[in-house]
Parts: sequence; C-alpha cells; structure tokens
Amino acid sequence: MALKLNQSEFKIERDLSKCISCQVCVRQCSNDVHEYDRDSDVIYSDSSKCVGCHRCESLCPTDALKIKERESQFRINHNWTEEHLRNIYRQADSGGVLLTGMGCNKPYTIYWDRILFNASQVTNPSIDPLREPMEIKTFIGRKPDNLEFEMASGSNNNAAKLKTKLYPQMELSMPIIFSAMSYGSISLNACKSLAEAASESGTYCNTGEGGLHKDLYKYAGNTIVQVASGRYGVDVDYLNKGAAVEIKIGQGAKPGIGGHLPGEKVSRDISDTRMIPEGTDAISPAPHHDIYSIEDLAQLIYALKEATDWSKPVGVKVAAVHNIAPIASGIVRAGADFISIDGMRGGTGAAPQVIRDNVGIPIELAIASVDERLREEGIRHRASVIAAGSIRSSADVVKAIALGADAVYIGTAALVAMGCHLCQKCYTGKCNWGIATQDPYLTKRLNPEIGTRRLVNLLKGWSLEIKEMLGGVGINAIESLRGNREHLRGVGLTDREFKILGIKHAGEAW
Amino acid sequence: MSITCKNRKENFSRFKIPSGCAVFGVMNESGKRFGGETVIEGISVMHERSNGLGGGFAAYGIYPQFENNWAFHIIYDDKEAKRQTEDRIGESFKVLLSEEIPTRKTQRIESPPLTHRYFLNIKDNSISHREMDRDTGGKEEDRIVDFVMRINRDISGAYIISSGKNMGIFKGVGYPEDIGVFFKLDEYQGYLWTSHGRFPTNSVGWWGGAHPFGILNWSVVHNGELSSYGTNKRLVSGFGYECALSTDTEVITYLFDLIVRRQKIDIGLVHLILSSPLWEEIERMPCEKREILKALRIVYGSALLNGPFSIIVSNGSYMYALNDRIKLRPLVAARKDSYLFISSEEASIRKVCPSPDVIWQPDGGEPVIGKIYKREKKSVDKRSSRDSSYRKKKKIKIQDSLVK
Repeated sequence: MALKLNQSEFKIERDLSKCISCQVCVRQCSNDVHEYDRDSDVIYSDSSKCVGCHRCESLCPTDALKIKERESQFRINHNWTEEHLRNIYRQADSGGVLLTGMGCNKPYTIYWDRILFNASQVTNPSIDPLREPMEIKTFIGRKPDNLEFEMASGSNNNAAKLKTKLYPQMELSMPIIFSAMSYGSISLNACKSLAEAASESGTYCNTGEGGLHKDLYKYAGNTIVQVASGRYGVDVDYLNKGAAVEIKIGQGAKPGIGGHLPGEKVSRDISDTRMIPEGTDAISPAPHHDIYSIEDLAQLIYALKEATDWSKPVGVKVAAVHNIAPIASGIVRAGADFISIDGMRGGTGAAPQVIRDNVGIPIELAIASVDERLREEGIRHRASVIAAGSIRSSADVVKAIALGADAVYIGTAALVAMGCHLCQKCYTGKCNWGIATQDPYLTKRLNPEIGTRRLVNLLKGWSLEIKEMLGGVGINAIESLRGNREHLRGVGLTDREFKILGIKHAGEAW
Repeated sequence: MSITCKNRKENFSRFKIPSGCAVFGVMNESGKRFGGETVIEGISVMHERSNGLGGGFAAYGIYPQFENNWAFHIIYDDKEAKRQTEDRIGESFKVLLSEEIPTRKTQRIESPPLTHRYFLNIKDNSISHREMDRDTGGKEEDRIVDFVMRINRDISGAYIISSGKNMGIFKGVGYPEDIGVFFKLDEYQGYLWTSHGRFPTNSVGWWGGAHPFGILNWSVVHNGELSSYGTNKRLVSGFGYECALSTDTEVITYLFDLIVRRQKIDIGLVHLILSSPLWEEIERMPCEKREILKALRIVYGSALLNGPFSIIVSNGSYMYALNDRIKLRPLVAARKDSYLFISSEEASIRKVCPSPDVIWQPDGGEPVIGKIYKREKKSVDKRSSRDSSYRKKKKIKIQDSLVK
C-alpha cells in the first residue's frame, strides 16, 4: 500500500566506497533489512523494515553503515504528530492493539533530572571513599519496632543477650537489585548473565513470572522468585529455592493488565520452566483471580510465608498509580516484608503502547508520597521499599534512596549493559542483540560470561559513584542517606511538586 | 504579643543550623556537689571555639529541696507569652514555687529576655492530661514531653528550655563564661555540669536556640554537624517528636529519649547504634556479638549519627560522651579521684585540673561513661565499660582500670 513508504522510521546510509560486501549486516539483521545481490555485488537495504537497533552499524567492519532518524515526510502538525498518524495507519491496517517494548518514551517530566544532590563545604568535612570506609550494605525485609536485650547482671556475664528475633532479611552488598525479567521475555543467556552477576556482586536478581530454569538453580540463593497472576512455574520447590518471594500485582509499563507470551515462543525449555504445555500462549490474567481485595492479598502473603516456613521475606510488587500511598500502606499492613513500586517509565517485554504511555505515575513522586505516608502511619520500618521504573544512573539511585527508598530495581539499565539499544521491539522476539528473543540463532549472540562481566562492571561502577556521592556529602553509611531529603534540592518545579517530593528549592538553605 | 518576637522564633525554626562549638563537662561520680565556677573556668579556656552567639550550661543536683518535683526553666520574650504559658501550666500542674531565675547585671550580656523557673507537681485529673493519655499511654514522662512540645510549638515568645528534676539548663546569647556569670552559676552546687560555647555558621541570635538542649532530665551539648540529620529527624518524627528547632542537638536529644528511655536500650549499647562499628569490624567479631551488632544496625540504621560530632549527654545518673565513628571532632577525657572531665580540648581540663590521674582521647565511636556510684552499684560501671568495648579490646583494660 502506498502508505507503507512513509512508515519507515529510519534512514540507512551505506557508504559504497567503504562497503566491502562482506554481508555481516545481512547475517546480523533478523528483520531482513539488508539483501545481497550476487549479480551486482551490492547490498541493498530496505529501510522500512529497520527497527533502529543499530546492530548492523555496530558490527560493520568498515564503518560503512549509518542508521539515522529519518526526517519526517509528514506535514508538520503539533497536534496530529507523526506518531499519531503512523499509529492510525497501522491500526487501520490491522485492527489490533499496538504493542511496544521497554519503558515509556514520552517527554513527561523526569524528576530525577530536576533534583540536585548536596555536598559538604567547610562546616562538615567530606569523606574520601578511596581512603576511608564507605558502607552501602543494605537489608531488605521487615524490621521489628525495637530490639529487646537481656542485660547480663553480675560479674561473670559479659554482655547483652538479644531477646528479639529478627525477621528474615535479604542482605545486599549494594542497594541495587536486578528487576523482574522472565525467562521467555528474555533469553536464557540473558537470565544466566543476570543471575551470575547478582551472585558475584552480592545482590539479587528477580525471576519475573517465568519460573526458574534448572540451569539457574545454582544461583537460587541470589534469586527473588516471583509469583504472578499466571502462577507460571510456581510450586513449593520453586518458592523454597529463592531467597525471597515477590507477589507481582502490577508492573509500571502496564498497570492493570497481565503479561503475554505468544505460543510460538513457548519452546520445550520454556514449557518445562513455566510448567505449561509447549506451544500454548502464556497469557497471565490482569488480576490474580484469588486476590480481589486487600484481605485476599494478606491471605496469599501468609500462605507463601507458611509455604516457605517463615524463612524468607515475602514482598509485593505494584505499579505506581494514583493512590499508591494508601495502597502501599494497605500492603504493608497486609504483612508484606517489602514493597516494590514500579514507576510509569518502567520497562516491559511487551505492552500495549497506549497503556505504557498513558497509565501510572512517575516513580519519584510515588516513592516520596509512599515513604511519607508510611512514616506518618508509623509503619515505615515494617517493610522495605524498592523503587523501580527507570533508574538510569547511580545518581538516580542516590536520589531514590534520599527520597526514601531502601533499594532500587534496575531492568532496562541491565539490558543496556548487555547490549540492548532500546529499539523497543522486544515483543517481536527478533532481538538482534540476543536478549529479548528465544531464536537460537540470535540468543547465541549473547555470551553469558561476557554478559556477566559487563553487568558486574556496571554494578561496580555505580557503587563507586554512589560512594563518591555519599562521601561528598559527609556520609559514610547508606542508611544515613535513606529518607534524607535535606540533601536534595529541586530546580524548575512547581510548589505542588516540591510539596509532594518533600524537598526544597535550590538556593534555599537548611 | 509582639510580632518581632514571634518572627524570631519562627525564623529560627525554619533553618537547620550547622555549627562548630566547644563542649565541656565535669562530674563527681560519688555524687559530691561542687560549685559552677569549675565548669565556667573550663569552658572559658575555649573562648576561641565560640563566637558569642550562644553559650549555656546544664547543672544536675542543684535543686535538692525540690528533688522529686519537675523543674521548668522558661524563656519569655514578653509578659503576654508568660501569662499564656502560666495559664497552661496552671491547668496541668500544681505550682510549688514560681520565681525569676536570679541573674547578675553584666555589661557583656545584652537585652536578656525574661527567664523564669517553676517547681511543679503534675495534676492527675486535669482535662488536658486525660487528652494526652490517649496519645501517650499516660506515663508521666510522656506527658511532660507532650506538654513541652505543645508550649514550644503553640505559644510564640515562650520557650521551655529545661524540664527535668533536680536539674536545670541555663543558656543565652553570649560567650558561655559570660552566661555563667550572668546566671550566677558560681552560687549553685551540683554534682554534674556540662557546658557549651557556640560558633554557629548561620544564626539569628535567639536565647532559646543556644545549647544545651534538654527534654526531661536529658541535656545534650554537641559540637559538629550531622549529615544524617534528615534521616534522624524522620525517624524521631515517626515517634511523635517534633523537631521544632531544626538543630542537630535537638534531634540527638530525642534519639536518646527514644532509644534509652522509651525503648529501654541499655546505655552501654547506645554507641553501637549512634556510632555503629563498621561492617568489616562486625564481620570479624565472635558469633554472638556479631549477631547483636548486626541486629542493631539493621533495626536502628536510621538512628546512626553520620557526620562529624562530639557530644556530652547527661540524664542526671550518668555523663555520656561520644564521638562520630571516624572521629572527625575532638574529644578528650580525664579522671582525677572521683571526678570525670570531658572536653573538646585538653587545655580546658588542665586549667581546672592540672594533673589528672589519667587523660586520654577516646576513639571514634568509643563512649566515655561516668556514673554516680551512690545511686547504682559499682558493678554496673564495670559492665558498661565492657559493653562499650566491643570495638577495641585493648581499651577495655584501660577503661576497667579507670573505673577502679
């Protein structure tokens, strides 16, 4: 159809003086963009199929390829933008729901970028993390109201005895956890890289709702096992393998709807792991059909605690939505040991675009209001709060913790470390970087050892940066940053936004 | 009610005030009382550490005739504030004695506010207390905390600076030695004195804002700045403490009240919370101690005082001094007979006690605890010094020998 021509989003520039027709691009592209013509010894490219993943450009040995954003050929209109038109053409073609991958890419305010962190000058010495200890160890789990001790009396006893029994905790060497990404949505090699990196770095990774592949059992001590509405792969052994259990109620990219793994992707291996028949669609329901209210959630939390002999923290993951503060309070009162809040910019393997781009609220505001609410109610210590939904750098981590989070989840950042270029086509299963695909020809592109190395490096780099920022502000333990909004200032926000974030404007002193 | 006075208090509260300072404390562990001139002399040596914007003293054992009654020291900006406050006091307390705090005319103290003291018994049946009982569970101490918070928040121009028993806080704008002379502290006899000279980096001269800060029998003098202030404040505010002054000293006081009085954590363990050992030190400890220290850090992480500080805290039965965990502020301690001295600088101690039996610089996170023998058994002392030695074994010996 004539409209097709206008649908190419990218322009492929091939410098023929550099191209040696080696056909790397032809072999690398799972979207069949490049085609070699034997007769003329020239490679032709069909830009309309290009998704902008930059795989061919990255691997071109002679630097002959450039993938560029195509200049719009639509009549400029600030209301009916190119994207709206494109979407309507696509839907008029197909009659379907438009899918997309990764997190919301719309220009909503990114509050991280409006928040500035503090540093010490004169009255308080900054601390040099290269020379002084700097502690970022973090514990996730319920904390008791207080500790009780039996103090030894008499001269032959020499110390206090702890009477209070602590609740189970996850011990993190840094306040960063790999977010839920299921085997199915990403390849086994990607799962292996995440699990190995988590265990090497002393943190955790989350299975997502895809069950736990038997090759990953050895990392189970560093794995949070998820129980989602489809219950894929959930049995008592699965629950007991993990270091913690997370009930997934919602996800920032698609609050209010369940996941979808098409039957074509449900290979033998995935069918075993998810405990579903081979080749069937894995469509998880929008709600848990045994959770229609907060009491039901409490029942499931306690059922999971019973099933795991009260030996692991049981948490709940929700999407950040308008009433997140009271929802979080209810979840804490329902007995959750930690609560994961996923902001609207959080990633996904597949979500309806309309939901991803229009539903939910930014994580910064959610964290601020949840922390405030839980403290007002005096129950903040009863559950740890994990912030998720587009943590892009160590600065975002520091700001999230200062706003009140205990730790953060990173998903997209971890995928980017493994090669993801954010083309947002995860749902097609054709990921040229070997991450969001099950095609053996593509998955072998991600070497799990290299993936692990890169993830470990990322965590290491971020920890060093977090330590630098902590030292700069004269703090040598991360617990003194938690909820410490005195060290944050904002620029370019409204009074209402400042009030919700609980921070002052840049230029205002203590 | 004058508007300027109101503004003064409110202006003060809006800002957190980082400050450098001098601290000095002296106690007699056998409970023998001595005059205030010692402490004045000690703090005066550190004149350079203050800038005249605040000085003060906490004195214990000075009101033996009212040993079991609440003693309130209140600063008033004007008579209206006094009238309102006295109405509220009348509702909740039986007043045994109400008088102006005696002062001496001195050129170096400018325009002092009204300073009054009251000796009080709590009324059991007052309406306002029945209201409070619902919030606080009805403990007398909790009622006092609640009453003090309400007055300090609600009545502009009135500020309760001291609310304990057989103790009092004297403070104001000026150098500490001048404040001491102004309040005639040389005429009082006490067994435990602490003092503070202030060098605020940002301040409005306001008498209520000087240190020590006190609530109930607690008094805290503090040199330093807390980088963890925001975290600490959020912790105590969850337990009903309002940080009206936004000073580090205030939040430290509430942490002591919360942890020691309300949550009953032994004073010998407090340093493991406020200046907790490093994780790498904890990992090396024997199993049982490791579990205790780990639990303390996990549960009381928000109470960790981070940033440079040295503090002297007292509640009448002990004098407690502590440094931040990497010792970014000076703190020196000395003993002579039954006297314990704690100071920012050695010179101050040498001034009042030229040849102490022992003088030492406590490590970061290592507390110095002086206790009254008379009231508690000697064995308690030994225990606490042992508790305090989780970190440095070699220090135990020194401390044990000190106690003897």
